[in-house]
Amino acid sequence: MGEMKTNPNDASSTVKSKGKKTKRVYITPKTAPYYFLAPSMLLLVIFTLYPVISSFILSFQSMKGSDKYFIGMANYVRLFKDPVLYKSLSNTFQLLIVQVPIMLSIAIVIAVALNSASLRYKGFFRTVYFLPAITALVAASLVFMIMLDENYGLANYALSLIGVEPISWLSHPFWSKVSIITVMTWRWTGYNMVIFLAGLQTISPDLYEASDIDGAGPIKQFFYITLPQLKPVFIFTVVMSTIGTLQLFDEVYILTGGGPNNVTMTITLYLYETGFKYFDFGYASAIAYVLVVIIAVISWIQMKLVGDSD
Amino acid sequence: MKNKENTTRKINMYVLLLIGVVISLFPFYWMVVGSTLPSGKIFSVPPKLIPGNHLLENAKTLNESLDFARVMWNSLFIAIIYTVISVLLCTMAGYAFAKFQFKGKKFLFFLILCTLMIPFQVTLIPLFEIMVTLDWLNTYQAIILPSIASPFAIFLMRQNMITIPDSMLEAARIDGAGEFKIFFSIIMPTMKPALAAVSIFLFMSQWNNLLWPLITLNSKDMFTLPVALSSLIGMARIDYGQVMLGTTLSVIPILIFFLIFQKNFIAGILGGSVKG
Repeated sequence: MGEMKTNPNDASSTVKSKGKKTKRVYITPKTAPYYFLAPSMLLLVIFTLYPVISSFILSFQSMKGSDKYFIGMANYVRLFKDPVLYKSLSNTFQLLIVQVPIMLSIAIVIAVALNSASLRYKGFFRTVYFLPAITALVAASLVFMIMLDENYGLANYALSLIGVEPISWLSHPFWSKVSIITVMTWRWTGYNMVIFLAGLQTISPDLYEASDIDGAGPIKQFFYITLPQLKPVFIFTVVMSTIGTLQLFDEVYILTGGGPNNVTMTITLYLYETGFKYFDFGYASAIAYVLVVIIAVISWIQMKLVGDSD
Repeated sequence: MKNKENTTRKINMYVLLLIGVVISLFPFYWMVVGSTLPSGKIFSVPPKLIPGNHLLENAKTLNESLDFARVMWNSLFIAIIYTVISVLLCTMAGYAFAKFQFKGKKFLFFLILCTLMIPFQVTLIPLFEIMVTLDWLNTYQAIILPSIASPFAIFLMRQNMITIPDSMLEAARIDGAGEFKIFFSIIMPTMKPALAAVSIFLFMSQWNNLLWPLITLNSKDMFTLPVALSSLIGMARIDYGQVMLGTTLSVIPILIFFLIFQKNFIAGILGGSVKG
């Protein structure tokens, strides 16, 4: 944020010149920024800042009817013993360590392929690969839900052709996770690919030419030039995907509803059910703050990492 | 020898890329085919991969389950009004941060950066309470207002406007233009690409939004597309033909816009982190 400073003389000099030319000046360059900021700041205070604080207070409260009363740390104590919370945390973690690497590896391979000088129809490939990223998560989840139907779904039909027994994609503890991962990967790979592609285009071709002369093959070049050069982009995509996975909701809400037996429960779905199915606002707020803390830690790590790479 | 190796490698690459193309496109194709088939036929063995003639019947049942035109209108109305107001307010705020020195600037900007990192889930319950207090459940404003001051859009516009030369503003001021006139007739027009990207970002995030509308809307005639679609599979007997048709209808308008405004679209969906 180093570029925030502008010339401090600007404001004063323009006020003077303006004062000479026009007489009725209500909004001066000194007061203008407050007018420009007022509407959005007001809305942010009402609809973001107040709720953030209010839900912090709520997380120390319980409700009887519509009466709220303080119960100290009880919600947090309950959190620490809550098996569903641990389950949703571990689910999220499992999805993270499997889905993000798969998705990013595919994305980077496609990006490198699309970036190669000799490839034709680049625009076509890029457009097509990006298409899943414009579909609503609900729409994508619905289509996959039907494809993954346990009895006569397309996926099971394809498997039957090679003699594999039908799989309960959405109700088996293991396969339901695979299904969620499949939808996420279909939806987000192209998105990340385009980010990588943009990153690749900033790498100087001189680096590759020099290593060509040294006799390095494409695979060596990939690991010794491309990947290190992409490090900042890589950190960005990993952090974005991680935060996205932590907030996972639409896919599980449509595909599995968190089941079977909570194996696909996520933090946000748990929060939604606690808050809006059981109307336990205090406890739901405590769950929300778990998410806040985790995301704050990840953002902090990201800042450290990006800071180091500069 | 070397040449031959190169050609096989190239062919392999095209084959792999084409497999990717099929994986990307197939769900779209199948969704369209499914919307022309009766519910039972979607699961026939072997699967039907050619469009059928049940489109009108599916449209009829879909319209019986939901007033689909109304749902479409709700989604469009909310997304458009939201986008227009949000772009305007966030651009104004971004402009203030980019081009003015004022008391409290550092603090306010720090606040924006903080809200950028806060997951919106944490605001859900107090927001719901606000909506109940105001008696705003099942209203457009309940969906539009809470996220209209988008810290992300403010941040993005600020980054884009920081490069506007101060001399341009000064020249306008010497000519006697007021601050708001400068903003609307000089700043806004020069920011067109950024405005397009931010608009698309905001529009898409609202068009695809499920969680918050799911909480605030429970009357069918206020449903937005994602809420309506998710309600279709909550029914006792799911009619898959109508689900496929509803899904197709929700995707097609965006698809057409995407194909026309591709560059802006990619930049927009990636939140301006990449120029399309």
